Amino acid sequence: MSTKTEKNTNSKSIVPNELGCTTSTKDSIVQVRNLRKHYEVNKALSFFGKDIIGKTDLLKAVDNVSFDVPKGKTFGLVGESGCGKTTTGKLILQLENPTAGEIYFQGEDVASMSKAGLVEYRKSVQAVFQDPWASLNPRMRVKDIVGEPLQIATTMTKDQIAKKVGELLEEVGLNEYQSNFYPHEFSGGQRQRIGIARALALNPKLIILDEPVSALDVSIRAQIMNLLVDLQNEHDLAYVLIAHNLATVRYMCHRTAVMYLGVIQEMGDTETVFNNPQHIYTNALMSAALPSHPDIDRDELVLPGEVVSPINPPDGDVFQTRTPLKVDTKHKYANSRPPLVQVGKKDHWVIETPWSIATKEMKVNLAGI
Amino acid sequence: MTTKSKKSSSKKTPKRSSKTSKVADFGRKTVRDEVVLSVKDLKTQFSTKWGTVKAVDGISFDLKKGETLGIVGESGSGKSVTSLSLMRLVPSPPGEIVSGEVNLNGRDLLKLSEKEMTEIRGGEISLILQDPMTALNPCFSIEDQVGEGIRIHQGIKGKSLFDKVVDALKSVRIPAADQRAKDYPHQLSGGMRQRVVGAIGISSNPSVIIADEPTTSLDVTIQGAYLRLLKQIQEETGVGIIFITHDFGIVAKMCDRVAVMYAGRIVESADVRTIFNNPLHEYTKALIESVPKLEQKTGRLTQIEGQPPALWDLPEGDSFAPRSTLKFSEKDAKIRPELVEVSKDHFVQLSRSSVKDFKKYAHLVNY
Repeated sequence: MSTKTEKNTNSKSIVPNELGCTTSTKDSIVQVRNLRKHYEVNKALSFFGKDIIGKTDLLKAVDNVSFDVPKGKTFGLVGESGCGKTTTGKLILQLENPTAGEIYFQGEDVASMSKAGLVEYRKSVQAVFQDPWASLNPRMRVKDIVGEPLQIATTMTKDQIAKKVGELLEEVGLNEYQSNFYPHEFSGGQRQRIGIARALALNPKLIILDEPVSALDVSIRAQIMNLLVDLQNEHDLAYVLIAHNLATVRYMCHRTAVMYLGVIQEMGDTETVFNNPQHIYTNALMSAALPSHPDIDRDELVLPGEVVSPINPPDGDVFQTRTPLKVDTKHKYANSRPPLVQVGKKDHWVIETPWSIATKEMKVNLAGI
Repeated sequence: MTTKSKKSSSKKTPKRSSKTSKVADFGRKTVRDEVVLSVKDLKTQFSTKWGTVKAVDGISFDLKKGETLGIVGESGSGKSVTSLSLMRLVPSPPGEIVSGEVNLNGRDLLKLSEKEMTEIRGGEISLILQDPMTALNPCFSIEDQVGEGIRIHQGIKGKSLFDKVVDALKSVRIPAADQRAKDYPHQLSGGMRQRVVGAIGISSNPSVIIADEPTTSLDVTIQGAYLRLLKQIQEETGVGIIFITHDFGIVAKMCDRVAVMYAGRIVESADVRTIFNNPLHEYTKALIESVPKLEQKTGRLTQIEGQPPALWDLPEGDSFAPRSTLKFSEKDAKIRPELVEVSKDHFVQLSRSSVKDFKKYAHLVNY
C-alpha cells in the first residue's frame, strides 16, 4: 500500500507554487518553474575548472522564468528581439536543455520522464515557425511533410496516413489533391497552413507558435489568425504565442507575459495588462506600437539608451539600466533580483522596484486622446 | 475609435535642440502646394516564360513638397516595382518601362540619358531600401558609404568630405558621429545601421525620398524612433517621402495621402483620414479591417478570402472581383474599371464588383 502511494507521488511530482502562476496543476498543460538558460560566450582557457586566461562571459538568454500555460488557452510572450522569448519556446520544445529550472507537463517533470514518456511529450507539444519559406523542406512533397510525424510516431499504414493527410489539409483550408505538390507551388499563407497541418498531425495538446504571422502579407495574416483561433476552439488546443506585435497578442492571447533581458517584467490576464499596464517597459512598448487610425496620436515614451546586451546583465533588476527614473544603487533590488508582485487582487503581476513602475505621466494612453 | 484630432507635439519626446538643426544646410521652408514629383500613366512590364507580367499597369500620382504619400498593397501588387521604375532601376531585360511620364522638378526622368540619370539617383531622388541589415556593404566603413554619394554628386574630397559625412550622421541623431564614421557596419546595432542608411538617403539633400518598407525588420521601439526621425527630417528639409508599405499602422502614423495598389493598379487614393473613415473600395476596407487593433479588444477579424492574382494571368476587367464578397453579375466583373474622382481628391476605381456604393457614383462613369 505504501509503495503504491509513493509511486503515485513519483509520477505526479508536486509542482512548486511560484508568484504569478495562478493556474492549478489540474487546469494547466505546461508549468514552467524558475527556468534558466545561460550560454557561455568568449570562453576562458580553463584547467580543471579553473580559468587561467580570460574570463567566461554568460549570456543569460532566459533568467528565472516561471509561468503556467492553461489548458485550451493561449499564453503570449512579448518583447523585443533578444529578450529570450524564442529561447523559452525552444526550452519547452526540448530543443535546448535548460541550465536550471523545471518544465512540468500535466504535473510531471519533463526532465525526469522516461524515454517512453518523452516520446509522448514530444507528440503532445508541436511547433509552428515564423518563416514558411525556410521551415518546409523544398525537396519533400506536402504529403511527406505532413505525413512524416505520422510515419515516425504512429503505426499507421501508408493508406491510413494518406487519408489522414488529406483530412488535415482540408482542416487547414487546403485541398486533398494538393498533397502531391511541392512547397514552392504554394504562396506564403498556404505554406503556413501546411506548417499548421503538420503540427496538428499527432493531435497535440500544446503548439508553440513562434511569430506565426509576422512573415505573411497583411491580408493573409487575418486568415491564419482566424484559422488558429478556430482550431483552438475545436481541438481544445493550448498555444504559447511568441510575438513582438502587441496588437496580435491582444487579439490572440488569454494571458500575456512581457519579457525584457530574459526576465518576465509583467504578466497577467491580457485585457487587465493592456488596460492598465504598470511597468515602464510595458508602457514604452505600447506607446511605440503603431496606431490603427491616423487620429490616434500617442505620446511616445522613449527609454534612454539602447537594448542592453544579455551578456553579463546586472545582478539586480535588469531594467535598472534603461529606466528614465533615478536608480538608488544602494537599494536591495539594485543588487538582487526583485520578485513579481500582485497588482490589486487581479491576475496581474509586475516587477516592482522604485524605478520600474510607470508614474502617472508615463502611463500610456492607447486611445491617444 | 477616437476621431479627435490632436496636434500638440509629444511631451515626452525630447525636443530637438537648436544645435542639431544647424548641422546641415536644411533651411528650406516647407511649402505644401508645390508638386515635386508627378507620375502619369506609368506602365512597367516584365517578359517571362509565363507571358507578359504587367507589374505596374498605368498608375498616376502627384507628390507635393513636404508631403508623405503611402503606397499600400500586398506582395505582388506592384508597389516595389513602382519605386524601382521611378529610379529607373528596373532590370532590363526582362523588365521594361513601356510608357508614362515621371516628372521630377519639371524634368521627365524617363527621357533622360543613363548618365544624366546617374546624377539624379542619390542626388535629387534617393531610395531607402527594405532591409537595413543587408543594405550596407560590410567591407567599407560608414564614412566611405555615406561619403560615396556626396563625393560623386558634390565633388567634395578630403577633410571637407569627412565633415559632410559627420554632418549627415549627426542629422540622423547618431551619437559621437565622428567616431562612428570610422566604424564598420557590424560594429553598429540594427537601429544605428538603419540610421546610417537614412543618412545616405538624405546626405545629398534630395527633393524626394522613396522608403521601401524601411522598418519591417525592426523592433517596435526602434521602429518608432526611426519613423519619428524621418518625420523630423521632413519638417527640417521639406523633402517629399513616398512610403511603400503593407502596414496600415505605418500609414496611419506617417502618411498624409494614401494610394492603395492591387494587381499593378491604384484602386483607391485619398488623404489618409478619408481612407480610414470612408473607404469605398472593398479591398481598402478589407485591408483596414483585417488588422487587429491594439487600442481595444478586437472581435473576429474580417479576412480577405483567396490569394492575390498572378500578374501574368490577370482576370479580365476588375482584377479584385474574384475576391470580392459583393453580389455582382459576371458581366459587371468583365468591365475594366476606371479610376474616378468621387469627391475632392478621393479617387476610386469604380466597379459594381468591388464598390458597394456603386449606384451613388454610377453617373460618373458610362458603364
